[in-house]
Amino acid sequence: MSPALVVFLVIGTIAVASSILVVAMRNPVHSALFLLLTFLCVAILFVMKGAEFVGAVQVLVYAGGIMVLFLFVVMLINVRHLPDERVLSNFWKGGLLVGLAVFLLFFTMVRPGVFHDPVASDQALRTTYTYRHRKVHQPDGTVVRKLIRRGKVVGNSEAVGMALYTDYLVPFEVASLFLLVAMIGAIVIGKRELSAIEEENIPAYMLERSETEHEVKEAMSA
Amino acid sequence: MLEAVPTTEAYLMLSGTLFAIGLVGVIIRRNMITVLMAIELMMNAVNINLVAFSHRFASLEGQIFTIFIITVAAGEAAVGLAIIIQLYRLKSTINVDEARELNG
Repeated sequence: MSPALVVFLVIGTIAVASSILVVAMRNPVHSALFLLLTFLCVAILFVMKGAEFVGAVQVLVYAGGIMVLFLFVVMLINVRHLPDERVLSNFWKGGLLVGLAVFLLFFTMVRPGVFHDPVASDQALRTTYTYRHRKVHQPDGTVVRKLIRRGKVVGNSEAVGMALYTDYLVPFEVASLFLLVAMIGAIVIGKRELSAIEEENIPAYMLERSETEHEVKEAMSA
Repeated sequence: MLEAVPTTEAYLMLSGTLFAIGLVGVIIRRNMITVLMAIELMMNAVNINLVAFSHRFASLEGQIFTIFIITVAAGEAAVGLAIIIQLYRLKSTINVDEARELNG
């Protein structure tokens, strides 16, 4: 067994085990921590397939951002967990059955040797292409402009960056707009509206200041 | 750099397993936060697929798609958690089975 296969087996086993624990744990904080472990394992798997940039993004965004968000919400909500409380839904048997069916479906679809792995080389994943026109003098005297494509082997991050800022520029900008909309939506949905009782009980110091400002203005104008 | 001995099929098997586990979690759990975590797990399984095929076909498109999926997952988690907080304020529970006002 090659070292890469050993690493894959170990990391894959940890990923599967910790994802089972994500689903099985009672306490959401424990689930979140096992989800973090799964994300880190998946990041290692990405790097093994020549996707270094995606692996870094996985660690930064998932393990850094989304996980903090989950933990904050768990702390904000603070649900009491009674020991005898039911964790599973009413139709947990059906859920297990559906999961088993989907797993068997994948298992029968993906037999070894279906995709005929070629000699693996991740050089294409770290290559950027530049295009330029070149004048070519034909034998009959005319000049034809030809498009020349030239590949240059760089790092994976540079190749992904070049692709994002050239071929995928419009989706990239749309993604930024999407993030803005998601942020505004999350703020608007999560914002607490003051009830009528709470509005009546606005602390006095908040009102005092506006009154004094009003008085100062009156005094100034008088 | 490690040689890529784990084949595409091995990656697909792993991703299928993670996807099935996430699906089971979405269906059987009652805690809404855990359900959201299971959805993130399923998205990650799809990302493994895309990266494996990106390597298999020696093309960067799979990785680009993965980055966009991670973006969408981030937005989805933010909005979903905001909805959970609002539901908790409204009903003092984050149990999926309790939120059945639209159940005709």
